[in-house]
Amino acid sequence: MANTSTLGPIAPAMTRPTGTAFPALLKDAALFALVTLGLSIPVVAYRTDLGQGTGLELTARWGLVASLCLAVFVLRLAQRLILGEVSRRRDARIRARADASAVAAPKALRPGRALGSLTLAVALTLPALAALGSGGLSEGRYWIDLGILILTYVMLGWGLNIVVGLAGLLDLGYVAFYAVGAYSYALLSTVFGLSFWICLPLAGLFAAAFGILLGFPVLRLRGDYLAIVTLAFGEIIRLVLINWVDFSGGSAGISSIPRASFFGIPFTKGEGGFADLFGLSFSPMHRVIFLYYLILVLALITNVVTLRMRRLPLGRAWEALREDEIACRSLGIDTTITKLTAFALGAMFAGFAGSFFAVRQGFVSPESFNFLESAIILAIVVLGGMGSQIGVVIAAIVMVGAPELLRNLGFLKAVFGQGFDPSEYRLLLFGLAMVAMMVWRPRGLISERHPSVRLSEAKR
Amino acid sequence: MSVAGINVLVDETRARMAAAAPPLLSVRNVSAYYGSIRALKGVDIDVNEGEIVALIGANGAGKSTLMMTIFGQPQAREGTITFAGQDITRLPTHEIARLNLAQSPEGRRIFSRMTVRENLQMGAAVNGGKHFAEDLERMCTLFPRLAERIDQRGGTMSGGEQQMLAIARALMSRPRLLMLDEPSLGLAPLVVKQIFAAVRDLNRRDGLTVFIVEQNAYHALKLAHRGYVMVTGSVTMSGTGQALLDDPQVKAAYLEGGQH
Repeated sequence: MANTSTLGPIAPAMTRPTGTAFPALLKDAALFALVTLGLSIPVVAYRTDLGQGTGLELTARWGLVASLCLAVFVLRLAQRLILGEVSRRRDARIRARADASAVAAPKALRPGRALGSLTLAVALTLPALAALGSGGLSEGRYWIDLGILILTYVMLGWGLNIVVGLAGLLDLGYVAFYAVGAYSYALLSTVFGLSFWICLPLAGLFAAAFGILLGFPVLRLRGDYLAIVTLAFGEIIRLVLINWVDFSGGSAGISSIPRASFFGIPFTKGEGGFADLFGLSFSPMHRVIFLYYLILVLALITNVVTLRMRRLPLGRAWEALREDEIACRSLGIDTTITKLTAFALGAMFAGFAGSFFAVRQGFVSPESFNFLESAIILAIVVLGGMGSQIGVVIAAIVMVGAPELLRNLGFLKAVFGQGFDPSEYRLLLFGLAMVAMMVWRPRGLISERHPSVRLSEAKR
Repeated sequence: MSVAGINVLVDETRARMAAAAPPLLSVRNVSAYYGSIRALKGVDIDVNEGEIVALIGANGAGKSTLMMTIFGQPQAREGTITFAGQDITRLPTHEIARLNLAQSPEGRRIFSRMTVRENLQMGAAVNGGKHFAEDLERMCTLFPRLAERIDQRGGTMSGGEQQMLAIARALMSRPRLLMLDEPSLGLAPLVVKQIFAAVRDLNRRDGLTVFIVEQNAYHALKLAHRGYVMVTGSVTMSGTGQALLDDPQVKAAYLEGGQH
């Protein structure tokens, strides 16, 4: 493999099937354009409009046809060029890897660390960055709100990563635990008047209990069957919330949930409020920034716990369980306990995130916990690369941030006409991104798994 | 006296001593079912302390089923299985594995995305990784190939290396009885020799008791002190390894290919 030169003139052609000559690429792209022309003549070239009288009028649109053909030509050419380049690089990388000794390889795999520190630095200073970037704290509110939204999904992604990424149990109903957490806070605070700081751990406990509740019936299931049952579980929770009106308020939800306080000090104007006590002038932004740091801390706790767990026997048992359940059992690992703890811990973090969601929104309804939410959280985990922590962050930014970006593409209206609304194409782009990922990075953005122990650590 | 001679003497002494004590593992009249199909039909097998015992038989004879039944999956519907004086017939798999009884399962079943070291750690999970460093050292001496690949992912290794890893992983729990299910499956003859030599070493030096299930009858019987032959769910023959090797029926069925 490393010694292709001895194969003589055949070797380059074999290792570079896509690196064909440029004229051939042009010809190929031209062929594509020709096919487009053929297809578009009957479909696009003439438009029928209602004419003056009763008949139809034909409008020729040859300009559109020409631009379509040109677009296809350019796209095809770009695709071939990029793909050729990608596969050439991949070959080079494989060759380089084969040359390097296999033992040295794991040491080089640490690009995540620098990226992680950078992301953390940005996350810690985001309110300041937003204020600087948009010229004032209140003007930067949009960015801080977006940050809160992304961090919520990062936390949910990390929580689900325990179940799906580490323990390998495909959970399609994760949003159910998010709902349990949100409703726990909503009900405990509105009915019993408990404060957020008491409800937060309770919400986690309730969600964990539901995690175990789901865990028991699915202990013997794997793969597709597990996915179906968890999917059903998510729907059951949602339907119960809709239909048990006395308990949950039905589809109207629960409103006027008490807002978060700064460890007992409310964010209100005037005497005894947060601004008053700390000698600041009142601003509604204090609460938003507080919420931002609250979810940041919650998310970081999730991350630290996950990373710690991976080094403990239980965390390693999760990973072993993902690899081979039978081998696990024959090594004396109790798979029942292992699975249930994965479900419970993952659910607990969803419960925390849920009660944060309730305190931020001040309103919960079953609408917020539909299957699409589960799908998005799962997509974040899968796109991020199962089991990769930084991958989840990147995927959450892409999955949650990109639709927001679409909203700001107003200038496209000038190109496609006034009726064009970019955010309507959200799911289309979502699907395209999924397909692209499956083609180019089927194991997720960050697909390398770092060993939980390495040489230097083992020789403590 | 030659080294081989001493070894034979050691083996014989051990066999005599073992025969006096109760067997380490005893399988009595065990039947197991897959649904309504009776896969084991009243099997009796004894493994004494310090012995290597081989179980040979054709494809589908129930060898692996017996191995898995000892490990509680499927559980025996009739009969009893005793290990070190304790009845383990109804114990769940993971509790059996915590009783100084280790298994290298059929098809190796190593954790392919985890490194060799992590695989070995999983093997040591039973005793909480107490003497992990020491045992790791021991495994690296036993299989130097694993030392070379200690931080490599298990799934990227060759079949032979994976088999070594599977055995090493089982040994990490410091078992009294090691059960090997088809360790030679799909491996090159040279690698098979290496692995069998390592097993023989473990038995002679550390007095490890080994129960080995094999299709490769010649190698297994050469290695074993005693052997059993299994045909369609029942044990049909037993004796010392050499006696079975010399038996005309065994020769015809398992050594020269053919009549079964």
